[in-house]
Amino acid sequence: MKKILLSFCILFFVPAIPHAQTSSEESEARLKALEERVRALEAEVRELRVQQLTAVPSASPQIPNLSLATYSVETEKASGSAVALNAPGTGGTGDPLDPVPTTFSAQAPDTAAVQPQGQQLPNYGGASAASKILNPDISMIGDFIGAIGQANVPPALVAVGKNPVPALQMHESELGLQAIIDPYARGDFFLTFGESGVDLEEGYITFTTLPGGFVARVGKFRGDFGKVNTLHNHVLPWIDRPLVNDRLLAGEDGIDDAGLSVTRILPAPKGIFLEGTAQAFRGDSGDVFTSSKRGDVSVLGHLRGYRDITDQTNVDLGISYARGHNDLGSTFLTDLYGIDATLRWTPLRRTIYHNFVGRGEFIWSRRDQFPFAQRAFGFFTSGDYRLNRRWTMGGRFDRSGRARTANLIDNGFSGVLTYWPSEFSQVRGQYRFTHFAEGRDGNELLFQFIFVLGAHGAHPF
Amino acid sequence: MKLSKLCRKVSFCLLLCALALGTCAMPVHSAGKIKIVTATSDLAALAQEVGGDRIDVESIAKGYQDPHFVEAKPSYLLKLRQADLLIVVGLQLEIGWLPPLITQSGNGRIQVGGSGYLDASQFAEILEKPTGEVTRAQGDVHPYGNPHYWLDPENGRRVAKGIADKLGELRSSDATYFNQNFESFSQRLTEASKKWLAEMEPYRGRKVITYHRSWPNFLKYFGLVTMGEIEPRPGIPPTPSHTLELINMMKRENVKVILVEPYFDPKTPQSIARETGAQAVVMPPSVGGEKEITDYFKLFDYDLALLVKAFQATK
Repeated sequence: MKKILLSFCILFFVPAIPHAQTSSEESEARLKALEERVRALEAEVRELRVQQLTAVPSASPQIPNLSLATYSVETEKASGSAVALNAPGTGGTGDPLDPVPTTFSAQAPDTAAVQPQGQQLPNYGGASAASKILNPDISMIGDFIGAIGQANVPPALVAVGKNPVPALQMHESELGLQAIIDPYARGDFFLTFGESGVDLEEGYITFTTLPGGFVARVGKFRGDFGKVNTLHNHVLPWIDRPLVNDRLLAGEDGIDDAGLSVTRILPAPKGIFLEGTAQAFRGDSGDVFTSSKRGDVSVLGHLRGYRDITDQTNVDLGISYARGHNDLGSTFLTDLYGIDATLRWTPLRRTIYHNFVGRGEFIWSRRDQFPFAQRAFGFFTSGDYRLNRRWTMGGRFDRSGRARTANLIDNGFSGVLTYWPSEFSQVRGQYRFTHFAEGRDGNELLFQFIFVLGAHGAHPF
Repeated sequence: MKLSKLCRKVSFCLLLCALALGTCAMPVHSAGKIKIVTATSDLAALAQEVGGDRIDVESIAKGYQDPHFVEAKPSYLLKLRQADLLIVVGLQLEIGWLPPLITQSGNGRIQVGGSGYLDASQFAEILEKPTGEVTRAQGDVHPYGNPHYWLDPENGRRVAKGIADKLGELRSSDATYFNQNFESFSQRLTEASKKWLAEMEPYRGRKVITYHRSWPNFLKYFGLVTMGEIEPRPGIPPTPSHTLELINMMKRENVKVILVEPYFDPKTPQSIARETGAQAVVMPPSVGGEKEITDYFKLFDYDLALLVKAFQATK
């Protein structure tokens, strides 16, 4: 205890030792010298200021005079306080007083007055501005959802976490950080802040310069199962996800897991684009796949074919397969098979005014469980037409069995209307009717605001 | 049991990889011509001028398409994966569609910073670099300046020189050929520019309005004055109040010509033209915007003919 006290005292008094050694007269003389020095420096700064102000032609001649007056008053005030404040710290060291803090603090209001006049001021932000150059592209996307009407979700679905949309909800805030890492790879991070916490939606490195035309991804990312599973919430053509994604593909989270992915464009007849993707994941994806031990990895394969029918019309087809272990244990497997089809029409001379996208996905699930495996099937079909630069309308038909009770089939349809004030914000309304297998009906009106801050990069086609 | 499952998984992955690898031996590109993909048709036209018959060049965006909003179709990937050189306009013109195509192409050469990636904006004189604070309250602004720089023939010359140098770098054995092509192009451009400037001389100082800010380089070169845009802010569709302001301003300032890019809805410009007695001219800003605009020279020939006609009609 004594030792601690002693060391504390030493620490406390050490800086004061030089002061104690010098006599009070000496220190007074020194203070005076310092004061004079400060005054001299102030005069010098003032002179420099005047030179600077007269050198830069100003639109309004009163402003520099005014600011100069403000400046001199401020310096007079500040000089006293600056010396009073700085003297103990600098006393005894003999270092010249740095004029910058004095002038800077004195100038603060003056700077604001002069800046709009285009005065050249010291570039205080220079270092930080330069450091921003290599920062990643940062974006934040807000997704606000509201709902009115009767959801009537059956208790069996609520019990497995399929809760109705609340009246008002800041559904998701997606922070995107994207950059080129080095000459060989780029990195993408998407963090989502929901009501229940933060989640890494995606975070991966993409190797873009591999030999043989391969593109590899390593990290956490959304699996290439069909189309909807790969999309982030804010690029969906609806507010919600189709029933089939909700019932068979873990809903909003989807197949989204840590893993590896390899993609390559495959040889095909002229004019056809064929791409194969192979992915291996840890094996944890919502309620679809659960990894009970290290060996319970899940795998996913996707084959995509695309063809331009005309300059304006194209068709995109895909088949997907995924296999993993489910929540009942390592010996229980879930197999998923999917077909997706997209038809697009975009008149090239009127790209921003009109287009049509027809989509459909068909998914089969085979889930090992007691007493026997469940084979569920579901699909959705949808169409969206852009009426003009700001309005798009669309509709969707849904039908899906449930992964755990395949004989319970839910149906639904939705009508969607979207308005874009600009490219960076979107207002959407969706009427959703759901007929649950239990005989209940849900009638809801959902609405959504999406707003984009910053430089959000383009999304894959 | 466990082992067999693991084997199945591994063999599944291997199968897909083998499928993909099967074509690795395929030549990526033929040895003969340099394969070039450009973002827009104007860059393709300039590349063609200097590359002659030693290149194969294709543009992603068509001349009549809005270069800001091109769909990143996978069919473009087929072109990009074999390209030796990708030439982009830059200044974030293609930010909405090109980056994912580059990433997915599986072509290391054309990645940003790679030997086959050329940002043509580095050679050009760029106008309208925003100063002060840049926010989206100003609309969809390009923070690095206006990307429609190819509409100044001098920029066309500078970019062509840049492309010729790059091609010479990629294939040093043909460097003299590319340089000769450039010299010939430059000479023809000088002559054409004289003709164009002479044609436009009587209309120097005439006021116009445009739909989008696509024309600052063009207007500056030919001594025309822009009085505003039909879009209240870049990327924001016309609003009634802004249109009314424009009509009043045009009447006051005697503005008689409206330039409309072919990919914008002509309804608003036409109604403004009716109100003010002006002419709305649908003027393609890119090569390929109309069938007869097949090269860089014809782009100016075509546009200037339209302009002269409009100026004469609205004297």
